[in-house]
Amino acid sequence: MSNITSIVIFLPLAGAILTMLSRGNAIKWTALVVTCVTFLASLLILNGFDPAVSTATSPQMADLIDGWFGDRLDIKYFVGIDGLNILLILLTTLLGPIVVLSSWTYIGKNHRAYYTLLLILQTGVTGVFASYDIFLFYIFFELTLIPMYFIIGIWGGEDRVYAAVKFVLYTLVGSLLMLVALLALGYMAGDAVNGGVFTTDWYKLVSFNMPLEQQSWLFLLFALAFAIKVPLFPLHTWLPDAHVQAPTGGSVILAGVLLKMGTYGLVKFCLPFFPDAAREYAMMFAVLAVIGIVYGALVSRAQTDAKKLVAYSSVSHLGFVVLGIFAFTTEALQGAVIQMINHGISTGALFLIVGMLYERRHTREMSDYGGLAKSVPVLTFFMIFTVLASAGLPGLNGFVGEFMILMGSFKSTVIGSPLLIAFATSGVILAAVYLLWMVHRMFWGQLESDENRFMPDLNARELALLAPLVILMVWMGFGPKPFLDLSEPATTHLLQIIEDKQAYDPAEVPRLVYDGTHFVPAAAEEPIALR
Amino acid sequence: MDLTNAYANLPADLLASAPMVLLAILGLVAVVIDSFSNDTPWVPRLAGIGLGLAFVWELTRIADPAGTAFYGMIRTGGYASFVNMIILLGAGLSVELCGPYLSRIKHNYGEVYAIVLFATVGMMLLGTANNLVAVFVGLETMSISLYILTGLVRDDEGAIESALKYFLLGAFATGFFLYGIALIYGATGSFDLMEIGAAVAANGTSVLFWAGVGLLLVGFFFKVSAVPFHMWTPDVYQGAPTTITGFMSTASKTAGFASLILVLYTAVPAAGVTQVLAIVALITMVLGNILAIAQTNVKRMLAYSSVAHAGYVLVGLAAGTPEGYSGALYYMLIYTLMNIGAFGVIALLEWDEKGGREQTLDSLAGIGHRKPLLGWTMVVFMFSLSGFPPFGGFMGKVAVFGPAIDSGLIWLAICGVLASAISAYYYLRVLVVFFMKTEDEVRVPVATGAFPVPMTSAAVLVVCAAALVVLGVYPQLLELTESYFSAASVAALP
Repeated sequence: MSNITSIVIFLPLAGAILTMLSRGNAIKWTALVVTCVTFLASLLILNGFDPAVSTATSPQMADLIDGWFGDRLDIKYFVGIDGLNILLILLTTLLGPIVVLSSWTYIGKNHRAYYTLLLILQTGVTGVFASYDIFLFYIFFELTLIPMYFIIGIWGGEDRVYAAVKFVLYTLVGSLLMLVALLALGYMAGDAVNGGVFTTDWYKLVSFNMPLEQQSWLFLLFALAFAIKVPLFPLHTWLPDAHVQAPTGGSVILAGVLLKMGTYGLVKFCLPFFPDAAREYAMMFAVLAVIGIVYGALVSRAQTDAKKLVAYSSVSHLGFVVLGIFAFTTEALQGAVIQMINHGISTGALFLIVGMLYERRHTREMSDYGGLAKSVPVLTFFMIFTVLASAGLPGLNGFVGEFMILMGSFKSTVIGSPLLIAFATSGVILAAVYLLWMVHRMFWGQLESDENRFMPDLNARELALLAPLVILMVWMGFGPKPFLDLSEPATTHLLQIIEDKQAYDPAEVPRLVYDGTHFVPAAAEEPIALR
Repeated sequence: MDLTNAYANLPADLLASAPMVLLAILGLVAVVIDSFSNDTPWVPRLAGIGLGLAFVWELTRIADPAGTAFYGMIRTGGYASFVNMIILLGAGLSVELCGPYLSRIKHNYGEVYAIVLFATVGMMLLGTANNLVAVFVGLETMSISLYILTGLVRDDEGAIESALKYFLLGAFATGFFLYGIALIYGATGSFDLMEIGAAVAANGTSVLFWAGVGLLLVGFFFKVSAVPFHMWTPDVYQGAPTTITGFMSTASKTAGFASLILVLYTAVPAAGVTQVLAIVALITMVLGNILAIAQTNVKRMLAYSSVAHAGYVLVGLAAGTPEGYSGALYYMLIYTLMNIGAFGVIALLEWDEKGGREQTLDSLAGIGHRKPLLGWTMVVFMFSLSGFPPFGGFMGKVAVFGPAIDSGLIWLAICGVLASAISAYYYLRVLVVFFMKTEDEVRVPVATGAFPVPMTSAAVLVVCAAALVVLGVYPQLLELTESYFSAASVAALP
């Protein structure tokens, strides 16, 4: 089907208009149907995607509208699928209906606004992952802020306003600085590779090789924006507030896909645009990532609030992803890609379960629970399953990503510090400690209060939204090969680009072209191909 | 100046400036009607129709080649029509908002509309003037009309104080401006912008010339409320009737910036003023946004916000390139839409019967849920003002910051985006109060009025919001604004 990528991106936005016009119960149902249809449409993407086909000159299932800004600015609507974004897009569309279902009874007021914003948010996130024009990427990146701000601020907990404003301001500072870097990069690349026309086309920017001094400040501004989004220690302080205050649906989206926009941006833009600078600062990012892994785990252990514990565990888990990105080895990068998905599934499920408990008892304090295994066995089963996946038990999904990242970064010559990786490995153990400790406090022990004793177990709706996630945990744990195969050629190609670009001195060779296998210097007289 | 053909050229000149002539005549007619039939609803209708016609007239001419009329006194063609279009848009939307608002505060006088029309004519003359004398005449026509409009609520001490303050400080700035014109005339021997430019190119610049330019800039900075000449802005914006504030803050700034762009583009070597403009832009953005944070009154907050926005436009001017000027022009169009919208919402939500002067933001807690139309259009205006995509404010910022980065003013762009991150804090606070606070969470009495929304006002808000979305996702107009500064359009001038 043609235009399938654009359809998957904009179907939720069209649905948002429908929900805006609906009334009563029809609002929820419209949202559910739209997200389900979007998910089915995204399966067409999976069906049409062939990992073996090279995306070196064009993404697959690309949609392109040129001349969006006129002839003077080479900014275009350019989206497509490659091995790096396909899993993230599928994760986004899968979480769509799950989030709608999880909000079914949780959201008590202003249904119409809530579901409308949720659908707009999904369009923003999918667009971020699919963009092949960095200006378009930026627009989608910022577009996700507005709905999330309202979702936290209107339907959140007691300190919702503080959390919402903090979330927006943190992200905004980073992304506005990235905007300056983006514009500067566009003008520089335009002069070097696009005949003096400002460009934000991903392929043109990749073919532009610049000296280290220029790379450095652009890289740092880009990386700052993404590091805030990830969030990388010490820029993580907005995350616990946002997560704890957000309604369940908001937390799931936030943990499941919004944070991945940061790590995805690092992979997709920072590495291939600024390879020298990325290597130069790799050690710094690796150290911060490892601090995040250990610190996040230790702080999780100290929480009394279950949702906050899960929030800090995200800091720890995403530290692994950042570590994998800056290791510059195929295994680690692949591990990072797969770990993004794993974290989305298992942390998403954890937030769902914590949200279900909150809906039943209206408290997130772990001390208010205890002995739930006797009263809600089915919920307990799902909780333990998810916890084990999140802690990286072999056979479940979490193990695959973390193992590949640790193995890959151990071999990494860029990081080159086995001691650091040893510290990172301790994060896996600590994850088991804080997660099992949470299970211990909430699900084992004695039932002490009537509210816990007569707590209703999962209903059909809740089962339906947890089941697909649990199935995926097992599938990705036992048979990760199909998932890894999707991203393998893309990650190899990305590292190849970096290697090729570093082989030439930017001062002499500012412009490269792809000859089918490698990037080679462009002949001076070769005309610049306008897309 | 050879005037032998004056009468022969008159019909063509009048046609070239038809909207200005039309509005001036309508203003006079409005005065006559009002003196026979006091405060009849026909006066605002007449003004609305006239402004609408003039708007359409200019809209059809925004791609015309550049030219001049009245012996090079004013510019005609694309640039002039585009500027006039923004001014007329601001005036037209404000007049539509004024009717119901002024009726509600019981000051809906017929002469208001006549004065608005005269002010608009002044702005159009200022924005398109190609001669420093015409610049001055336009500036004064506009300013004197605005002094009167500020003191419209004449039985209120606060409004009178605002008007007097505006008048005294404005007169002072006019003095600087006039002296600047005199010095430039002394240095170059001409009032005509093109001739001044030619004289500078031929003979170089002198201290006298730069002194004149400096004084001229002071006058312009005052009119567009750039720091440190912004002191009047918060008081005047707070004291004037809210819809009139919307008019003042947009159309008069557009005229001022349009004129400043012409002066910089045609008469002053860009390299000489870049640093000054950059520094003024920097302190305007930073100070405007920081002072806005501290405000509890919405009108005052929006006043400081409009100071900050003048700073963003100055970033485009500091770039000193055609792209920068064109970005600044585009920004003024977007700024007009979002600011009129924001003041329009605030005007409809006014309940203190003192022109909103004593109304705190917190008193509007939860209003967004009770008045969804006002709430959600305000969402668009606030996000646009803080520069979020996909709204126009974002494209406007890209259009001014981009050329500045291209000219090497990266430090200025970085400071600018950080300042606009500060601005997000207070713009979002409006939305926090509108949507996220409940009545028992604020410590002030909450507005309980019914806040009727007349159809025309609702239409104005929806039009502004929709236009902001369109201009935000489809910024091709930038290509047009840039064509005004191409070599061809300069060469076409006699």
